[in-house]
Amino acid sequence: MTSIGTGYDLSASTYSPDGRIFQVEYANKAVDNSGTAIGLRVKDGVVLAVEKLVHSKLLVPGANRRIQTVDRHIGLASSGLLADGRHLANRARDEAANFRDNYREPAPLKALADRLGLYVQAYTLYSSVRPFGCSAILGSIDKDGPSIYVIEPSGVFYGYHGAAVGKGRQLAKTELEKLKLSELTTREAVFEAARIIHLVHDDAKEKEFELEMSWIGDETNGRHVPVPQDLFEEADRKAKEALENFE
Amino acid sequence: MNMNTIDLDRLKTGEVNLGTSIMAVQFEGGVVVGADSRTTTGSYIANRVTDKLTYIHDRIYCCRSGSAADTQAIADVVHMALQQFTQANGGPPSVHIAATLFESICYANKDALSAGIIIGGWDKEVGPSVYNIPLGGGLFRQPWAIGGSGSTYVYGYCDATYKEGWGRDETIQFVKNTLSLAMSRDGSSGGVIRVAVITEDGVERLFVPGNELPTFWEGLEVLGKPAKPLGVVPMAIEPL
Repeated sequence: MTSIGTGYDLSASTYSPDGRIFQVEYANKAVDNSGTAIGLRVKDGVVLAVEKLVHSKLLVPGANRRIQTVDRHIGLASSGLLADGRHLANRARDEAANFRDNYREPAPLKALADRLGLYVQAYTLYSSVRPFGCSAILGSIDKDGPSIYVIEPSGVFYGYHGAAVGKGRQLAKTELEKLKLSELTTREAVFEAARIIHLVHDDAKEKEFELEMSWIGDETNGRHVPVPQDLFEEADRKAKEALENFE
Repeated sequence: MNMNTIDLDRLKTGEVNLGTSIMAVQFEGGVVVGADSRTTTGSYIANRVTDKLTYIHDRIYCCRSGSAADTQAIADVVHMALQQFTQANGGPPSVHIAATLFESICYANKDALSAGIIIGGWDKEVGPSVYNIPLGGGLFRQPWAIGGSGSTYVYGYCDATYKEGWGRDETIQFVKNTLSLAMSRDGSSGGVIRVAVITEDGVERLFVPGNELPTFWEGLEVLGKPAKPLGVVPMAIEPL
C-alpha cells in the first residue's frame, strides 16, 4: 500500500502521478473481500450463483439476498457492499422501466449494461462521492439470446461466457474455463454453478454460507426466477458430494 | 373532448392537407409502401407530385396522411430519435421501436394533431412488418394497411383481393391497383403513384406517371357505345 500517506488516495477526483485513481482500486478491494458471485452463459440460458457469507447465526435464512431481479428477463448478482449492490439494482430497474416506457419492449441487456456503466463511472469523477463498492453480474435472455455482463467499480463493463467476482474468483474462473459453456444446457449449468460455489468456499476462514441461485432459460420461459426448490436441493446435495470425493 | 361528433374544422383555413390515398403491404421478403401525390389547400392542388413516402431509417419508411405540417414535424422528430437510438445501441432500430415512437407522439398530442400514419419496414428480428397509427394514436400491427381519405373507397377491394403468400411483384401490383382505384373515386387523391419496396437488401423506389395508372371499369363500354342503334334513346348520354 504505497499509496497510503501520499494524499493521492483521499478523493476519487484526484489522479496519482502515475495515472491511477486509488479510490477506485480500494472499491475493488471491497469486492475482492466479499463472497463469490458467478454467472454462466450457456447454450440456452443463464445461471447466476452467489456464495452469501452469513456473519451471524441469528439471521433469518434467505435474508439479504444478493441476487435481484431487474426486469422480468434480467437478473443481477452483486458482490461487494450489499447496500451498493441494491442501489445499483434499483437504478437498473429504473433504466429497464424507462426503456419499456420509451420503446414498449424489454430492454436488451447490452443497452442496460451501457447505461449502468455510465452511471457507475460518474461516481469516479467527484470528490463529494465514493465509487461503488460492488461488482455486478447481469444476466439475461433478450432478442440476441442469452448474455452476461460484469460492471466493475470503475464503470467499465465486459460481456462474458462465464464470470466470477469476489473472494473466490480466481479458483472459480479456472473451474469455469474447464467447462464447455456453449454446449451446456441451463439445467446442467445449475449443477456446475452449485459445485463451483461450494468448491471456492473456504470453510477454514468463513464458517457459514448460504448458496443462492437463479436462472433464466427456456424452462423458465425467458423469466429470471430463483432455481426451483427441488432442483436447488439436488444441485446443492450433488455439489457437497462432489466436494467430498474431491478432497 | 367532444367524443360524439367528428371535428371537420380541425384543419385551419388555408392549412395544407394530405387528403390522401396511402397503403403498406408486407410480403415474404419485405414491405411495399405506396401513396398518391396530391396535396391540397381546400380545392386547390398545392402540389401534384408530392412524395408522401418519408424516409425514417435505412429500412423504415412512413406513409403520411392528414396535415402536411403535422406529419412532417412528427417524421422529423422520430427520424432524429432513431438516429440517437442507433448511436446509443450500436445498430439499427426495429420497425416496432419506430412505430412506438410515432404512437407516443400521436397519442400524447392527439387533440392538437391531425395525422394518420402507416409505418412499413424491415428489421432482422421479425423481418417485414407494417404498423398502422390512425387518428386517435392507436398502434396496430397489420399484414396490410390503407389510410387517408381515399382508403374508404377501397376497403372492400382490399378485403376481397388480398391473399397471404404473395411475392414482391404481385404485392406491388396490388398496391398500384388499390391506389389507382382510390385515386379515381377520391377527389382529394390523384396525380401519380409513388412506391417504395423495402427489403433486407435495400429500398427500391418506383414511379407510375398519371397517364399510366392501372385502369378498371370506367363506364364507357356500357353507356358510351350502344350494343345496337336504337330508334328511341332511353336516356340522355353525354357525347364522347
